[in-house]
Amino acid sequence: MSPTDFSRTDPAPAVTPSDPLLRVSGLNKSFGDNEVLRSIDLAVQPGQVLALVGPSGSGKTTVLRCLNGLEQPDAGTVEFSGGPAVTFSAKTTRREKESLRTRSAMVFQGYNLFPHKTVLENVTEGPIQVQKRPKAEAIAEAERLLERVGLAEKRDDYPHQLSGGQQQRVGIVRALAQQPALLLFDEPTSALDPELVGDVLTVIKELAEEGWTMVLVTHELAFAREVADTVAFMDGGVVVEQGPAQEVLRAPKQERTRAFVHRLLNPF
Amino acid sequence: MMELPDIDWQLAIDSFWPLLRGGLTGTIPLTLVSFTLGLVLALVLALMRISGNRLFSGIARAYISVIRGTPLLVQLFVIFYGLPSVGLTIDPWPSAAIAFSMNVGGYAAEVIRAAILSVPKGQWEAGYTIGMSRNQALRRLILPQAARVSVPPLSNTFISLVKDTSLASLILVTELFRVAQEIAAFSQEFMLIYVEAAMIYWVFCLVLSTVQDRLERRLDRYVAH
Repeated sequence: MSPTDFSRTDPAPAVTPSDPLLRVSGLNKSFGDNEVLRSIDLAVQPGQVLALVGPSGSGKTTVLRCLNGLEQPDAGTVEFSGGPAVTFSAKTTRREKESLRTRSAMVFQGYNLFPHKTVLENVTEGPIQVQKRPKAEAIAEAERLLERVGLAEKRDDYPHQLSGGQQQRVGIVRALAQQPALLLFDEPTSALDPELVGDVLTVIKELAEEGWTMVLVTHELAFAREVADTVAFMDGGVVVEQGPAQEVLRAPKQERTRAFVHRLLNPF
Repeated sequence: MMELPDIDWQLAIDSFWPLLRGGLTGTIPLTLVSFTLGLVLALVLALMRISGNRLFSGIARAYISVIRGTPLLVQLFVIFYGLPSVGLTIDPWPSAAIAFSMNVGGYAAEVIRAAILSVPKGQWEAGYTIGMSRNQALRRLILPQAARVSVPPLSNTFISLVKDTSLASLILVTELFRVAQEIAAFSQEFMLIYVEAAMIYWVFCLVLSTVQDRLERRLDRYVAH
């Protein structure tokens, strides 16, 4: 298992080190009267991992879902280095929203595998049907990725035949097979039994070490501290504090961050 | 007191083939054609209902309401006896096929709509995140899953249709029940002939239920039990 096994098969677009792969500015979003996001600014450097942490209802999942247009912000800009860049307003078209999805892939809390397709078909659906890549190549790539997460022999199983941890690893492989510039993780271990969490976290950690750029929404603070380069702590729809993971999670400057980190790391 | 039936076995045997032929050449083709066209119409109506476009959704809603709120026999008569008075004359068989298709369309539309809505939202989203358009997600992910959910209720619609086609006898379509009426009138053996016709309908429906079971089991292969 060489560390390059997950690596992208297409060359990453050339970016200078100071040029963030993803820049988010002024993101606002309301559901009715409820302002769930207020003026969110974030940046993710290529090869870096940004963890979004914070209490339930703080808006972190909504931020993530704005990055690929699953939610439409009321205002703000989501900009990928090398395009696309979308400035949201009431006039934003579906096509613009969809353009964001060409650069990212998402791993869901509830896996959302396609139940009527086999493991292999789940992984190759995007490459073959959407990206129109040659079938043989897509299948070979999918097999290689499945092998890498230890699920090669499950390729012809249906999702319901797998454990939660296995399903989530397929979810990760499905995302990788899109060859995205950015991986989005939405609480990838929250639906898992505790004993299955480790396998999934290990895979994510390996991806981080191999240089994948990620935005990770998580409740696992210890894990965030280990894999994330930067952490943004959200509460009440705003980013309260962001910075290097070690600083934000070990020595938070803001009182709200301190209280949250303390509560999660010392639950009793 | 009811008389004990004195069964005319010879008539029962002689009439069996004409009745069965009426079923095979009348009832079954009429059912298959009407159901197929009806399903296509139903899918279009269901997609109009969930399109989010107020006009489309309103048209579909009104159509479904009229079809479900009026008797099938009246719909059939409007097409066969009514339309000629506005200059549109349609032969009995196509009239029946049109009426039954339109009727199935109205009923099955709601079944298909409910089945589409029963597929979790996360399936659409997963499709979007692998780059699919709404149409691709619908075609490749949502409809196949909705199909599984709609098989049992659509089978009910189908089996009802097999029996409802007997109404076509009233606009002179030669199908199982029409043949039965002719033989019964001629022989005056009403009990025998109508029971025999009923049994043929019943066998048709039994066969169809078996097909439904198989189809469900085939589609079940990816569902957890």
